[in-house]
Amino acid sequence: MRVESYATLAEAARAMGPDAVFMAGGTLVMRDVNAGTSASRIVRSADPVLTEIRSTGDGVSIGAGVTMAQALANRDLAFLSSVARSVGGPQVRNMATIGGNIFAHHPYGDFAVALLALGARVVLAGQGAAKPLEDVLRERGRSSTSPIIAAIEVPRPRDPRAFAFAKISRIKPKGVSVMSIAAHLPREGGRIRGARIAFGAMGPTPLRATAAERVLEGQSLDAATIARAAQLACDGLDPPTDALASAWYRREVAGTHLKRLLEKMERG
Amino acid sequence: MAKKPVTFILNGSERAAFAEEGLNLLEFLRRGIGDLSPKYGCGQGTCGACTVIIDGETHLSCLTMAVAIEGRKVETASGLANGKVHPLQEAFMEHFAAQCGYCTPGMLMSAKVLLDRNPAPTRADVIEAISGNLCRCTGYEPIIDAILATANMRRLA
Amino acid sequence: MIEFRKEFFANERDDNLNEIGKATRRQDILGHVTGRSPYFDDHLFEGLLHIRCVRSPHHHARIRRIDVSAAEKMPGVVRVLLGKDVPLNLNTLLSLLDFGLDDEPVLSTTKVAYKGEPVAAIIAESEAQARAAVLAVKVDWEVLPHVLDVEDAVKPGAPVVCDVYPSNKFIYHGKFDHQKLRYGDVEEAFARADHIVEGRYQMSPIEQAPMETCGAIAAPEVNDRFVCFTSTQGLFFSLGTAAKLLTMPSSRLHFVGGTVGGGFGGKVDSMHEPLAILGAMLTGRPCKYAWDREEEMQVGAPRGAERWYIKDGIARDGRILARKFTGYFDSGAYTRLSSYAIIKGVGHLPGPYTIPNVYADVFCVYTNRTPATAMRGFGITGVDFAIEAHMDKGAEMAGLNPIDFRILNSYRDGDMKAHRRLAKNCALVECCQVVAEKGGVVLTQASRAATSVLDGGGERARLPSRTATDQNGIVSGFKGGNYAKKGGGASGPQPVALPIAASAPTPAYASPASLRPAAPAYQPAATPPPAPQPPAPAADTARHGALRFSSLSGFRRR
Ligand SMILES: Cc1cc2nc3c(=O)[nH]c(=O)nc-3n(C[C@H](O)[C@H](O)[C@H](O)COP(=O)(O)OP(=O)(O)OC[C@H]3O[C@@H](n4cnc5c(N)ncnc54)[C@H](O)[C@@H]3O)c2cc1C
Ligand code: FES
Ligand code: FES
Repeated sequence: MRVESYATLAEAARAMGPDAVFMAGGTLVMRDVNAGTSASRIVRSADPVLTEIRSTGDGVSIGAGVTMAQALANRDLAFLSSVARSVGGPQVRNMATIGGNIFAHHPYGDFAVALLALGARVVLAGQGAAKPLEDVLRERGRSSTSPIIAAIEVPRPRDPRAFAFAKISRIKPKGVSVMSIAAHLPREGGRIRGARIAFGAMGPTPLRATAAERVLEGQSLDAATIARAAQLACDGLDPPTDALASAWYRREVAGTHLKRLLEKMERG
Repeated sequence: MAKKPVTFILNGSERAAFAEEGLNLLEFLRRGIGDLSPKYGCGQGTCGACTVIIDGETHLSCLTMAVAIEGRKVETASGLANGKVHPLQEAFMEHFAAQCGYCTPGMLMSAKVLLDRNPAPTRADVIEAISGNLCRCTGYEPIIDAILATANMRRLA
Repeated sequence: MIEFRKEFFANERDDNLNEIGKATRRQDILGHVTGRSPYFDDHLFEGLLHIRCVRSPHHHARIRRIDVSAAEKMPGVVRVLLGKDVPLNLNTLLSLLDFGLDDEPVLSTTKVAYKGEPVAAIIAESEAQARAAVLAVKVDWEVLPHVLDVEDAVKPGAPVVCDVYPSNKFIYHGKFDHQKLRYGDVEEAFARADHIVEGRYQMSPIEQAPMETCGAIAAPEVNDRFVCFTSTQGLFFSLGTAAKLLTMPSSRLHFVGGTVGGGFGGKVDSMHEPLAILGAMLTGRPCKYAWDREEEMQVGAPRGAERWYIKDGIARDGRILARKFTGYFDSGAYTRLSSYAIIKGVGHLPGPYTIPNVYADVFCVYTNRTPATAMRGFGITGVDFAIEAHMDKGAEMAGLNPIDFRILNSYRDGDMKAHRRLAKNCALVECCQVVAEKGGVVLTQASRAATSVLDGGGERARLPSRTATDQNGIVSGFKGGNYAKKGGGASGPQPVALPIAASAPTPAYASPASLRPAAPAYQPAATPPPAPQPPAPAADTARHGALRFSSLSGFRRR
């Protein structure tokens, strides 16, 4: 095994290949290293771009190497603090990065769920325009060389109450997700416009609950709408069975947890 | 595996040793440096027995690459006493906060960072601070009591 | 908050408890808080080698071929061990207590019976190299049908888990495929009971999950000895096991233990010491064999699963007249300590209650699950859960408050217990009274007036006038007084395993009297009890004498 460190992301991106893996916080990559199952080259970069957090008018640009703890400490990211706090325990939050979370396999990826619901875009190292996170998630693991993420551009919800996140786990305060749910429901004149709901641990990557989104579009959060959205929560999701919960259980309870989250949003 | 030299500060004194690329900090500290206080419980980040402090933050040494600590400051439980018993150690002894003792070095690291940052933690703060450290023996209550007692004692002193 | 109720049993006690109730420091705690306590892995050796095992990915499979040629050529590999390298590759842990047949290889050679069973061991310069070489070993498996449920495993035609016990049941006392308890006549009592209460209870396996995983480091020492640093909970148990499997006198083994990173019963199985020492013997270098967390969870022996069926016959006034148990302990693929857990569990029946008719058939069943072993409250926890859940059911049926129901049926000092000993130092009545007081439960006048010390004995000390016995589950071909050969020989003991005869009594068993052991306290439960009379007080002293171990096997001959 070889560990390669590069001063800039551009160099790191060039060094990637089918036999290489990029390491950020290492909370997942090092597990593979310890188990003897990691790629033979490990690519790291100390590029300062990775740890930048910049306000960009209607959003925030977060360096992919920003840790959960750094996100928690940053005022511009206050709207994501409950999400960052839900990841792991204190040690994991000191190490785990936001870029790594986008590539975290089931049942991890809680932060990515929130980013997906907020409609985040991803800046890849050495590539010009930002891509929707959804595309990156969809392509994840499809090609032999994965791109390196430089930064994530997150639109800041205009009304902080329009965004909510819930992590359902069996152990508190450090359990792994049975599922996580993020909802962004901006309103215009009392009606929801541009509803986005994302589920984590309900498929191979964080996924959007598009059927539930359609139910909510143009509506207000009354009991009947919430009930209908909850009913369709699992449409398009593909929950797996693991040591935490069976696919059956996840399907069974997803609607209830979505209902609780929406009711909480409605109460404000 | 190629070896790389690593120079870092361990418990206040400079150390240098060769580490195989890919070796984790836990094994490096234990076998390469001879500091046996961080413990292996899982090698997967879940137990916290290997917790050390790097530049003032708790990290899991099993998930940290040894070569990544070049130039950084590492603290471990074996450096806590520093000649005399640390108040946290005293409180752990007093409150029976260690039974088999295997989780203790990691617990002490998490407790130390908590108290360094927050001299007056609530019970909930303590629970949150040690939530990344598992203990199979004590049921946690004596550990929580010991940490709170240390904070109280310091405030009185 | 601990509260001492010293008013209870004051006259039975010298009140000189100088430590109890007072805070005291552990003698090893300074080492714990300074990170200096020496766990097995805290001993550093120059040139330490690492052992990792090749494990079965199947629940049950025959081994056609193990090809280690590629692994042997891998970087850092010093040696590959197979079953043939183990001097005595067959053991049962309790053979040290002369209990049970050797049934489990250190490294399996012909078949595997649980997922994770080791078939080869790699010794390499680094752990990473050992891991890589493990992946390079090719095993040609013939997958066999498996069974994971105790009741499925005892059905006719079930896959045979362990060839030593072809009925998938441990053989007790060389005679029965289950452990029996017979006391009085439950069927007769059920016939005259006012209520019959039945229940089925089960408990899943529980992993002890110590923070420190199990392991050992062995190294050659001077004078042709080997030192072994181990996480074992039973140092002399592990020492004896290693000496047996390596066919060497224990005087050549220098075991160092005592600092254990949590055990809870999961560190008695002595899986690591023999392989680590064997590695040190064959390479001349220090060798470490330790489980990673995944192995600890997957192949580390848990508290086994249990399933219990309980049937009670209850009189109108709430007295339990009869209790019948059928129990299944899931031993997993090998015996380890489960056979003994049952001896202990059956000794505990019918729970802390005076019941004049008790019956139990308890089976130690082999399934293709991870072998089970000890855990806190070993042999008791599962059945106690079942009994107490059943007590609540019984109380409801009898129309009594569950605490009144328990007090009514609790042991009193001097009562005869189902295993034919007099109860003494009873305290359940008083415990129940305090629980009721704390929980604000109003007890009946009779329950409030009850006491453990006064109400027992007399009629309650009498043995049943008749005990119904049977020959159900009798087997032939197993020798009663010779559970395992001692000391081991190069070839290993040959079990005489023959098919089980249904319930036909064999001539050899015709005279129950001939089976009665020398000490009256240790009669087999299946034999008729002696004429009803309170046991002589002398029986108590015998328990502490030379026959101490017979509580394990019931029949141990020295
Ligand atoms: C004990 C424990 C508890 C955890 N709990 C949670 C939890 O509650 N919720 C949760 O979501 N996760 C959890 N995780 C998983 C993990 O810590 C997080 O998902 C974390 O965000 C991963 O980031 P990292 O920097 O450590 O990733 P790394 O291990 O460095 O990398 C993970 C993957 O992401 C890729 N990657 C990393 N950075 C980039 C980048 N900039 N560009 C492209 N690819 C990249 C890597 O190549 C690798 O495939 C937990 C992990 C542990 C060990
Ligand atoms: S050994 Fe590092 S977290 Fe368990
Ligand atoms: S004291 Fe044993 S694990 Fe905490």
